[in-house]
Parts: sequence; C-alpha cells; structure tokens
Amino acid sequence: MQRRVSRGRFLKTLGAAGIAGSTLSILSCQPNTNAAGGGGGGGGGPEEKELALYNWSDYVAKSTIPSFEEKTGIQVTQDFYGSNEDLLGKLQAGATGYDVIVPSDYMVAVMIKSDVVQKLDKSKIPNAKNVGEDYLGLSYDPNNEYSLPYQWGTTGILYNRKEVGELDGTWDPLWDPEFEGQIAMLSDSRETLGAALYRLGYSVNTKDDDELAEAEASLKDQQPLLRGYFISTEVRPLVQNGDVQLGHVYSGDAFLALAGNEDLDYIIPKPRASRWTDNMCIPNGAPHPDNAHKFINHILDAGVGAKLSNYTYYNTPNAAALPKINPALKNLPGYTLTPEIFERLEVIEDVGAKTRKYERIFTEVRSA
Amino acid sequence: MGGKGRGWTLRLVGLLTPITVWLGLFFLVPLLLILAYSFGKSGVYGGITLGFNPGNYLKVFDPLYLEIIIRTFVIAALTTLICFALGYPLAYFITFKGRRWRNALILLVMVPFWTSLLIRAYSWVVILSGNGIANKTLQFLGITDAPVTLIFTSQAVLMGMVYSYLPFMILPLYASLEKFDTRLKEAAKDLGASRWETFWRVTFPLSMPGVIAGSILVFIPSAGEFVIPQLLGGSRTVMTGSLIQSQFGSARDWAFGSALSIMLAALLLAAILFYVRRVGADKLEGV
Amino acid sequence: MSAKTGGPVYKGVGRIPDRALLLFSVLIYAFLYAPILVLMFFSFNSSRSTQSWTGFSTEWYAALLRDETIHQAFFNSMKVGVTATLIATVIGTFTALALTRHDFRGKLAADTTIYAATVMPEIVVGVSLLAFFVATLIPLGIELGIVTIVIAHVAFTVSFVTIVVRARLAGMDESLEEAAQDLGANPTTTFLRVTLPLIFPGVMAGALLAFTLSFDDFVITFFVSGVGSSTLPLKIYSMIKFGVTPVINALSTVVLVATIALIFGGSRLLVRRENS
Repeated sequence: MQRRVSRGRFLKTLGAAGIAGSTLSILSCQPNTNAAGGGGGGGGGPEEKELALYNWSDYVAKSTIPSFEEKTGIQVTQDFYGSNEDLLGKLQAGATGYDVIVPSDYMVAVMIKSDVVQKLDKSKIPNAKNVGEDYLGLSYDPNNEYSLPYQWGTTGILYNRKEVGELDGTWDPLWDPEFEGQIAMLSDSRETLGAALYRLGYSVNTKDDDELAEAEASLKDQQPLLRGYFISTEVRPLVQNGDVQLGHVYSGDAFLALAGNEDLDYIIPKPRASRWTDNMCIPNGAPHPDNAHKFINHILDAGVGAKLSNYTYYNTPNAAALPKINPALKNLPGYTLTPEIFERLEVIEDVGAKTRKYERIFTEVRSA
Repeated sequence: MGGKGRGWTLRLVGLLTPITVWLGLFFLVPLLLILAYSFGKSGVYGGITLGFNPGNYLKVFDPLYLEIIIRTFVIAALTTLICFALGYPLAYFITFKGRRWRNALILLVMVPFWTSLLIRAYSWVVILSGNGIANKTLQFLGITDAPVTLIFTSQAVLMGMVYSYLPFMILPLYASLEKFDTRLKEAAKDLGASRWETFWRVTFPLSMPGVIAGSILVFIPSAGEFVIPQLLGGSRTVMTGSLIQSQFGSARDWAFGSALSIMLAALLLAAILFYVRRVGADKLEGV
Repeated sequence: MSAKTGGPVYKGVGRIPDRALLLFSVLIYAFLYAPILVLMFFSFNSSRSTQSWTGFSTEWYAALLRDETIHQAFFNSMKVGVTATLIATVIGTFTALALTRHDFRGKLAADTTIYAATVMPEIVVGVSLLAFFVATLIPLGIELGIVTIVIAHVAFTVSFVTIVVRARLAGMDESLEEAAQDLGANPTTTFLRVTLPLIFPGVMAGALLAFTLSFDDFVITFFVSGVGSSTLPLKIYSMIKFGVTPVINALSTVVLVATIALIFGGSRLLVRRENS
C-alpha cells in the first residue's frame, strides 16, 4: 500500500515537472510577444491595456494613477528608483519592460546620447500645449523631441530650526563639526558632489580636475560627521523624527515636512544651489508606447497636473495648472522663487567624459 | 552494483545531463563571463569592452577598496564569533538540559531560521530608530536623557547580522551535539574527569563538525551581505557586497564590479579551504 | 538520538552553572523573539508611525488586503517557488542517485561544482547571472522576469537538494535494491518500488529546503528580476526603502504567522508519520 502511494506520488511529481517545464516555456514566450508588439515604437496592433511606470518614490498623487486607469482602462504598475544613476543602471542591466521613466535634466541628455530613449509623437500629446514656456526647450533636449517636463524643484537644506537655530544661509552647516551625527546627505552623486562644489564656489558642472579633487577632499572631511547617505524620501522622516537635525533634500520633501511642523525650515543655500526638472520619457523597446503617450498626455492635463503637485509639494511646469495650485503652498519658504533666488540657481548638465570621474569620487567618498 | 553495460552508461548519462546543463550553463558560464568582464573596460555611460586590462584588479588593491574588503572580512569574522559565543551555550542547553521540551525548543530556533531575513533586519530598523523602542527604553531607565545614535552605525550593522545569522549557527551545532552519546560523557566522568575536562576533552571535540558547518553557514552570507549594511548602515559602512551592487547599479562599472566579485569569491573559497584544512576535513563528515 | 532515554540521566555537578546556562538561554530566546514581537505590535498601531504607539487599529491589515501589488508579488513568489522547487528536486534527486550509485570519471569535478555552488556568495551568483542574461537572453528578445528568476533559483537550490537527498541515499541499505534486482526487477522498477519510497523523506526535505530558499531569496532575485516580476522579498524591500508604513509590519506579521503555522503543522505531521 505504502509503496503504491509513493509510486503514485512519484508519477505525480514527474507529471508536475512536465507541467513546470511547459509552464516555463509558456512564460518565456510571453515577454517575447510583448517585445514583438512593442519593438516598433509606435504603430503595430492594439496594445494590451497595461503600462509600466518607473518613477521616483512617492512622486504621484493618490488620484493620479486611478484617474488614468478609470479614463483609459489601462492598468498601471509602478516601480521606484532613488537616483538618476540607479535608473540608468537598471535600464542598462536589462530592465527593458518600462513604458514611462522620469529622469532629471542631465540624465535626459545622457539617455539621448546613449540611445536609451525614443522620440515622442507630439500629435498624441495634445496637452503638451499646457507646458509653460520657461520649461520647454531646455539645453538637455532643445526641441523637446524626447522629453516633456513632469515637475520641477530645488535642492537645499531641511533643518530643525528649534534645535539648531537659524542657519546662516550657506552650505557650511552641513560641514559643521558641531552637528556631528546629526546630518543626512543625499545618495545622489551629482547633487552631493554639487553641494561640495557650490560650497567651494565652483560650478556643479565643472570639468576641472583640481576643483573636483577639492570637492572630493571636502566630502571626505564631511563623511565622518554624517549619519549616512539616503534618498530624499528617506531624509524627510529622519528630520521629522529627530533622527537628524539637518538634511540635504529635494524641495518637495522639505515642504511636506514643513507643512506638518512649525519647528522645521528649508533654505536654498548661497552662493549657488540646484534647480532641476524631472521629465517624462519613453525608453527604447517600451512594450506599450501608445499607452505611454496617453499617460504623458494625462499628466499634462491641467487638473491632473495640479492635483499631482498639490500632493507632492513640488512645483508644476504646467502653466494651465498653476491657477489650481493650493495657495498655501505658494507661501512656503522657497516654493515661489524670487528673481534673486532664481538667478543663483544652476541646472545640472551632462559632464560627458567626466561622468566616470564623478561616479568614482562618490563611490570613494561613501567608502572612506 | 550490477554489470556496467550500455544500459548503465545510458542511465548515468540520463541522470547527469540535467545537472550538467543547468549548473554548467547557469553557474559556471556566468562565472567565466564575469571573469572575462573583470579584464574588460567600462564605457563612459556604461557598457563594456572586452580586452586584457588588469587595471580593475589593481584598483581592488587601492588602499581605499582594500580597506573595504578587509573590513568586510573582519565584520564577517566577528559575526561568526559572536554567533558561536551565543549559539553554543544555547545548543548545549537544548541538547542536554532541554529534556522533554527539546523538540519545542529547537522549533523555536527554526522559526526565525525559516523567516524572511529581510523582515528580521527590518525589525531592527524599527527598534533602533531615533524614536524607536531602544531609545525609549534607554530614556525610561534614565541611562540617557536624549535620543542617542543607534541606527546607521557599524554596531547596528553587526547587531543586524548577528541577529539574522544566529539560527544558522545554532541548528548545525544542535545537530552535531544531538548525535553524540551521553554515555561517553558518563564514561569520562566515571574515569574521574571534571565537568570542564569532560566538556573540553569529550563534548567539544565531538561537536566540531557542527562548529565548522555553523561557522561556514554564518561566515559566507555575512561576507557577501549587502542588504543589512544598506538598511542599518545608512549606506555608509560600505561592505564589499554593497560595493559590488553599486558597481552593477548606479556606478555602472561592470568591469570593476566583476573584478570585485571574482576577488570576493576567491578569497572566500580560500578562507573556507584554509579553515577546513586547519580544523581537519575528516571532522566534516556526517554534516 | 536514543541516548537520552537509554542511559542514566546525566546530572550536572554544580547547580550554579546550570542556572547560569538556563538564564543565558532564556536571554537568547528573548533576543531572537523580542524584535519580531515589536514588529507585530506596531502592525496594530492606529497612526502611520512604526515607532510611537497611538492606539489599536486593524487599518493596516485592511490596507494590506487592498494592495494588489502585494498580492501580485505573493503570486509571483509562489509561481517561482513552486516551479523552481519542482525542477530543482527532480534534477537534484537524479544527481544524488548518480553520485551515490555510480563511479565515473569527472565525479570529483561534479562534486566540487556542486559544493562550490552552495558556498558561492549570493551576490556573486546574482551579478554573474545578470551579466549572463544581459549578454545572452536579452538580445534574443527574452526579458528579465519570472523565467530568469526561476532559472536562477534552480541554479542555486539544486545543489542543496542534491546534498540532502544524497545524505539520505548514503544512509540507505543497498542490499534491498540488490535483492530486488536479484528477484528480476529492472532498474526502473527497482527505483520506483524500492529506492524512491526509501529516500522519499529526503526528497521531501530537499524540496522543502529548495522552496524556502526560493521563497525567501532577495539578493539573487534583486539582480535577475524585471518589470512586473517583483517577488514578495523584493516588494518588502521596496516598501522599506521607499516609504515605511505599518503595512510592512502587517505583511511581516502575516508572513511570520504563516511560517510558524507551517513549521508547527509540518513537524506535528512528521511526528505522526514516524509514530505510525
């Protein structure tokens, strides 16, 4: 009896293995057809009602995706990354299934040069007319052939004013031994090297080896004072919970923290700081390019854009959405940029052959 | 068994083909590929050109990276030692003092063993944060009056690793202790050995297979770890694992990442061989 | 194993070391379980905080039920775990048979490779497979996803299955098989009727180990997964990294309770089987 049961089990196992084998081949066919359907980058037959969005964390409003799904019947899946370099690294490591990605300025330039993104079909994006003039034709994509802006903001210091007092408006406090163990920096190579370069009075886009060496030495000095390097959405709760007193953050995270806590403050340090624009692009080989265009068009809708920025607390490049932005936001320090501030903001650009050098410095600083 | 005929050969081929194909294609070939990559050169924006470029290995010996590799092995060794110091008494307790609770006690060790490592590492993130329960306890006990830095330190990383890998030490120790005959101890005692003598001369040597297996099971994953340093170290206490991950991720330098991987694998295999030789391979039998 | 019940019960010489040992052991158990309990505790918190208790609520469990991406991740993990376990168990059992019942040239090489696969750090396996897939499969139009995860999981679990089944085979009395063959049974019949029933507990143990390793794996999966193929550990990692809410605690609690139930259920079943 025992024997027969076991034999039956064995046959079942073999059968199951057979099923497993055939499942495997079926599974392997699926992405194939996907790739065939989407490889053309346009045209082709009707697409599946799916869209894969690869985005920064906490960067859509609660309503953004459901309203798109309701309107179009397209199911959206979302994955997250923490820096532009993570995004590029993942795309180069074979993540070919994304339909929409959201790189910042210089990364758009890098992606165009390394042939990672495809041209947009503007006829499918009528809402592109809503984008404000200031946010079109920027140097990284002069004719907006490949990208349209998603949101923009600045990078500065979020800090606990009650604990550390008013800051002097420079980058120096992030290097102040008095705040040892109370500082969190961004794990973003260009921004963190940028903070050191700004502090030394250099450009964030320098290609000068001596200036970079100075910045490297400066970051190595700073490293022992830090709690660590984090992505911006991690720095926010660290400051809110009092784990650190000063955090290097993107503006939206700072404003979200400020809104709930009177003790906190955000500054855009002197002499210079970064202003950035995140852009929507469609990677080459995206399985659902039509849906991707629909999604980009959806984001650029005035109402959707306003809800998006009212939730994330970043600035909108959508001129039509501006009147619908929550007035309380406009009063936050550093949300509305005065001409004085605007003038001292720099945009991070692709540094070409020096890219490796920036990466190496940041790796070394983090390992020191 | 049986005569070696055609059927024998056919059967052997049938039994061995699947593993040869799978491990050959999906274990050995990939290792050879990164060995080739480790002599290649990474492009400015990523991508790799093959060639013979020993520069990646020279970079591994750059003091900066060498220090990370040494630090990795020190942390892994410390983790192993602490796990042993905590795990041996417990395994001993369960085996010889557990009495009728023995099975229940060992099950209690198995629960964390089978539970997601990620979840267990995360539990320490919750405990060690600024407002977390560790700080509240310290303040309640009056040891500190303001929150102290607990998370994002090397100690936090070590703590997380010990916590995660402790069951990997206890289970093999228990398995080897459980096998051995209490009568041996009785005999030793009858011959006039003291309790300590009995332990050092009889119990401990006989549990060596468990010590070796446990140490290897703890040391290897600790040396290759990258999740725990990231969650509990604030991505600053960079270990080799984190360095490799960043080379294949944001830094996009696959050539250097490959060289680091080959070095890590080679050093680990060398360490294990040395350890097993040193302690005696014969003791490994039955593990 | 039977020593404890056989010989006279060993009595400690001094009582104090025994007490110290007992206390030490209790502390170790507390160390193993306290963090897990804290985690579970905050899954019932009424606010978003995972650190300050504000009141009892089950809202995070409701959120867990609503979050389809978590369900998807769970199904992906099951799909990968079951498929990889089946393949690894069959291949591993075949290999164990070949290694214990046959002598052949290259056996040492085979042995070495199998052990090397078990001691190779996961991160090295992960990045080498990533490099391999990017160089081979992707040019063919096959993307990173469930298939590549299954391939990778079989590659790193098959050696464990082999070792477990082999241990069972090594402890087995070959005379039974010989007797069956002397009575005229062919090798296949011998295997199905004699060998397999005898090694079945080993095969099951190997399969269970393979499934757990696969279901829990984060490092290798992290490198070889693609769009929409996140497994449960990847999802948990993403939740920890990109926005901590007590939903993670709720999810962790569910996973933990399920694990405990499976272990205790499984062990009771085993005990019953051995008794009968």
